[in-house]
Amino acid sequence: MKIKKNIAISESGFIFNPTTGDSFSTNPIGFEIIHLLREEKDKEAIKQSILSRYAVDESTFEKDFYDFSTLLQNSQIAED
Amino acid sequence: MEKLRYERPVVKKLNTGMMNKFGTRTEYNPVTHIDGVAVKELIGKYGSPLFVISERTIRQTYQDCKRAFTNRYPRVQMAWSYKTNYINAVCNVFHQEGSWAEVVSGFEYNKALQNGVPGNKIIFNGPDKTDKDLLLAIEHNSLIHIDHLDELYRLMEITKEVNKRPRVAIRVNMDTGVYPMWDRFGFNYETGQAWDAINKIILNDQMDLVGLHCHIGTFMLTANAYAIAASKLADLAYHIHAKFNKKITYIDLGGGFASKNTLRGSYLQGNVSSPSFDDYAEAICSALLNAEYSKQELPLLILETGRALIDDAGSLCGTVLANKRLSDGRRATIMDFGVNILFTSFWYEHKLSPAQEFSHYTEDGVVYGPLCMNIDVIRESITLPPMKKGDNVVVHSVGAYNMTQWMQFIAMRPNVVMIDMDSKVHLIRNKETLEYINNIEEMPGYLKEFKI
Repeated sequence: MKIKKNIAISESGFIFNPTTGDSFSTNPIGFEIIHLLREEKDKEAIKQSILSRYAVDESTFEKDFYDFSTLLQNSQIAED
Repeated sequence: MEKLRYERPVVKKLNTGMMNKFGTRTEYNPVTHIDGVAVKELIGKYGSPLFVISERTIRQTYQDCKRAFTNRYPRVQMAWSYKTNYINAVCNVFHQEGSWAEVVSGFEYNKALQNGVPGNKIIFNGPDKTDKDLLLAIEHNSLIHIDHLDELYRLMEITKEVNKRPRVAIRVNMDTGVYPMWDRFGFNYETGQAWDAINKIILNDQMDLVGLHCHIGTFMLTANAYAIAASKLADLAYHIHAKFNKKITYIDLGGGFASKNTLRGSYLQGNVSSPSFDDYAEAICSALLNAEYSKQELPLLILETGRALIDDAGSLCGTVLANKRLSDGRRATIMDFGVNILFTSFWYEHKLSPAQEFSHYTEDGVVYGPLCMNIDVIRESITLPPMKKGDNVVVHSVGAYNMTQWMQFIAMRPNVVMIDMDSKVHLIRNKETLEYINNIEEMPGYLKEFKI
């Protein structure tokens, strides 16, 4: 999964999709994941990056990452 | 190195300037403590879900209400509405504050007696009083509020049999401008039913008609309806005196004051739309003071308000069981408490606060209970910060009706604790167990064994 090229993301977590005109906001951890996706990190690398810095167990993050990825795709921010 | 606090990643579409059914964000701070006791500590010791009653809030609310009336009217008596919350410890806080008991069944009547309420300070309302109940109430010199003619005639027969003279009132229903009109209880004012009943009682001369009672509705959002009710009852009392030279010693305006909860579908929040105790007191007391009484003859004003006195004192602490995404994209959070113990979620949009720190990011979603039933919805649409499995929440203002209308359905009823004035926690009702439930069932012998 990768973030679409034309998506604009500000430092404060504001996201704009110029194709649809939709705007979104994300929280700091969502912002971090989107950046990692932009750097074309795969799921495993993203998981390791988050687990090393945040107080979360692996299964919780896996569930949340699955949900977040689906949201990004449904919102047309990311694509396969 | 200490790891950073984790929050589930969220992305939320922005709809600037558009209305939506989720409303704006309402939670800015977690509710980590209730009356100085940590929510996590309460759940750790007494389990989740858990009802928590604040004794301090009960006493403060009661005193606020009483003061609003006594500042305006010289003779006021509160009577605790047992059906609103009849856990004995709760009742006794009200009785310690000076409340009489207001009951609507033999079960509640006996509960009040066992709590130590003197019989002559129990008001017996409701359409269902058995012969046994009536005899008990006569024996204890309680105030019997007659609901219908069948009850009146039966009471006449019983008084003749036992040769005692009970103290009675009639419940009067009336048009106060609020619809639907509650005309199923008592005798109607406008059609003359109330006068018929009064004539029968006084001319029969077997009972003492000492009061007049009404209860015009529930969650009344207009105080003026009470002014109309008080005027009509005062007028009735005045004419009883004029016709029979019989003094009515009290006027009981029942209950129905709204709490600060928000009704489902209401545009305004409950704390904005519900009248205050002062609003109700001003309407009622002005109407009575403007009636044709001299200062010495003012009747005792009895109030049976329940919901407005206890709602804010009750909280329900619970735990997130799971999160899921619905097919339409909404976030669904499943809690460990359902409509079986939070009956009021059918008509309130309960305020729900996380019990741990959270960021300012929110998600629109729905909150479900744990029951395997489609009706088990706590909030249809709510904006909450991201919560994960195991996080705790506090549902506010659940003190009225939940601990009486709750059901043992799929799951059992949980512990109830009271936090006293010194922030000490007392278990006041034990959670149910399988043994407790099975204890009242019987198994026919031929069904005891089976092979599968």
